Amino acid sequence: MTKRTLCNILATLILSLSLFGAAARADNAFILVQSTTSTQNSGLFDHILPQFTEASGIEVRVVAVGTGQAIRNAANGDGDVLLVHAESAEVAFVADGLGVERFDLMYNDFVIVGPSGDPAAVMGMTNASDALAMIAESGSAFASRGDDSGTHKKERSLWQEAGVDPVVSSGDWYQETGSGMGATLNTASGMGAYALTDRATWIAFENKGDLVIAVEGDDALFNQYGVILVNPQRFEHVKSDEGQAFIDWLLSSDGQNAIGAYQLDGQQLFFPNAK
Amino acid sequence: MHWQGFCAWVLPGVPMPDVAPRITEPEKFDGPEVLPVSGRELVVERDGRKLVDGAALTIDQPGVTALMGPNGAGKSLLLRLLAGLIAPDHGTVTWAGTAPDRLRASRVGLVFHRPVMLRRTALANVAFALKVSGVARVERHDRALAALASGGLEHLAASPARVLSGGEQQRLSLVRALAPGPQALLLDEPTANLDPGSTLAIEDLIVRSAEAGMRILLVTHDPAQAQRLADRIAFMHDGQVEAPVSADSFFNEPASAKASAFVAGRLVL
Amino acid sequence: MDDLSGAFAQAFRLIAGFDPDLLEIVTLSLQVSLSAVIVAGLIGLPAGAAVAVMRFPGRAVVIAVMNAMMGLPPVVAGLAVYLMLSRAGPLGDWGLLYTPSAMVIAQTVLVAPIIAALTRQAIEDLHGDYDEQLRAFGIGRSGMITTLLWEARVGLFTVLLAGFGRAIAEVGAVIMVGGNINHVTRVMTTAIALETSKGALELALGLGIVLLVIVLGVNALAGLLRMGVAGRAHA
Repeated sequence: MTKRTLCNILATLILSLSLFGAAARADNAFILVQSTTSTQNSGLFDHILPQFTEASGIEVRVVAVGTGQAIRNAANGDGDVLLVHAESAEVAFVADGLGVERFDLMYNDFVIVGPSGDPAAVMGMTNASDALAMIAESGSAFASRGDDSGTHKKERSLWQEAGVDPVVSSGDWYQETGSGMGATLNTASGMGAYALTDRATWIAFENKGDLVIAVEGDDALFNQYGVILVNPQRFEHVKSDEGQAFIDWLLSSDGQNAIGAYQLDGQQLFFPNAK
Repeated sequence: MHWQGFCAWVLPGVPMPDVAPRITEPEKFDGPEVLPVSGRELVVERDGRKLVDGAALTIDQPGVTALMGPNGAGKSLLLRLLAGLIAPDHGTVTWAGTAPDRLRASRVGLVFHRPVMLRRTALANVAFALKVSGVARVERHDRALAALASGGLEHLAASPARVLSGGEQQRLSLVRALAPGPQALLLDEPTANLDPGSTLAIEDLIVRSAEAGMRILLVTHDPAQAQRLADRIAFMHDGQVEAPVSADSFFNEPASAKASAFVAGRLVL
Repeated sequence: MDDLSGAFAQAFRLIAGFDPDLLEIVTLSLQVSLSAVIVAGLIGLPAGAAVAVMRFPGRAVVIAVMNAMMGLPPVVAGLAVYLMLSRAGPLGDWGLLYTPSAMVIAQTVLVAPIIAALTRQAIEDLHGDYDEQLRAFGIGRSGMITTLLWEARVGLFTVLLAGFGRAIAEVGAVIMVGGNINHVTRVMTTAIALETSKGALELALGLGIVLLVIVLGVNALAGLLRMGVAGRAHA
């Protein structure tokens, strides 16, 4: 390789590198949404975002992490809109002045899935915390997110209601994966464990293995999603106009219809309930 | 002595490479002064052993001074001290009265026992030495070619230096040291392990450089080579250097008991 | 095994179909990792060579730190870069978080120590052979460094490849600072992580095979280039 070709390759690559930054800066018509893996993995965003972009010309970039991390990222100002499912944390986010206002957006529900052999004999139960108590009593394996996500927060409140502290059995029958919903379901599928999951992720999940839905229909398994504009007075770079446009669209009949219309395997995954 | 006659005298019967038409004169000296190259009261200590112990040597006179002595006498170390490559623990080395510095380094040519070739062509190796010594880019190519020609190596100009034979590499390293036009030349057993033809070619270059007025210090173990090339012989043993004497008197009437034992092949350190 | 044969079929379909999404992901992966290797090389090669050539107090500590940094967990690098680039961080105003540039920075942080440490080793070995000859030419310290880097070029090529391998195979750092945003910062490894989390194991493994093929291709190309260089230098 001659020096000249080396130099050319180098120059080209450095140029392309600097173009990244230029592209990121020049194209202002996008917003950054901090959201959860459940909305992304279920395919909801792939379904509704193109409709919004077509209507508004605004591109939506989604960072999908656990609810806890999404809220922390947004609290650092790393996002324009927060779309998660942990109502009390969301209310606190607004109360701390980090967000402008919280709106109910849609809901789905959690289900407890488990091996079809049902070692804890909870299949068909409708009271989630009773079912958890029986799982603990039988010492059947349970895979927990353990990551402070919305799902994990919900799971902890159910354990509390059941009067069981599973963390003392961590590493025994209680397995904390410290990972996302998908990774936790992969673990549960691999070891034949029970797990709490949102229904959307469950339906979209392709590696169910021996797992089936064991418990569903409890009011306590209700899973409300909220949407918040990150406070532009706190973070001046927040694209409040575009972000607000996205929230307005989500809450409008167009957005609500788009959410309700999304189906996977013939099932509706999210139920719009904006007021 | 003319070089062909010289060769015939040294190695009767060995076919001589016909390099006569290619010979060009070594570069004329210019640039800063380094003469005399001088070391005084030099001491180098390693792990409590004095490898050089009060040695003194000055290279001032034109011609070849051979540095001889048993293995471990400190000859290579002394050469490196004079070249400014290592600092003595005691004593001083001066070039033209001042401490060695790298701006004048190319004025003191150095050839090692084992040639160190850069991973590039023979021509580029010489051009590299010229570049470091401050020769302008436009002149380098021609001067490097001329230097190669003076060593009869121009047909190897485009060859990668590292695939040359041991003899060719050593000739190239001598040519490379000569190219920037040094005033002094320090050679550390340049012909050890070389075949007679390569030895001859190198000795020829040494002789011509000496005739052109260069000051040469030659470390050698070969008494015949010393007798062929040296105007003076300095004997080194136990880290010290005896005053240089003529080759004749060194071999025929050694000045010290140790020198006499060395010449007779009885001195082992 | 069903999963495995399915994965190979999936990989074949992905490659043969010239899936535009896949092409985009592959292009971005190569762009990010090659850029990171170049930047890391511009830092790591001279830094490694300088440490190899120079003697200074604390040098042993610097070498130990460089060697230890080779094992830097990607997630830690990602977290550090996230904290720097976050709007709440010192470089937040640059607005680089969740862009390919952030991924380049994170991979550079991972790769530069590897390149520096391996370069130091290679140059130090060479320095032993070359030091006296180069100083006899009258070369200075910076000249020594550049000359040794050029002399070691064949071996350093492999060093850069090792860095590239680490960069392109890494997921923890780029997912944290890139955000795995579709069409913006989704690369091979984060796409694999995403498909795995969806339980789409066949597709994930298929993408993994594609990644392997690409890395293999880059190495083969580099091998050819290196043979050309080595052939000329006869090192």
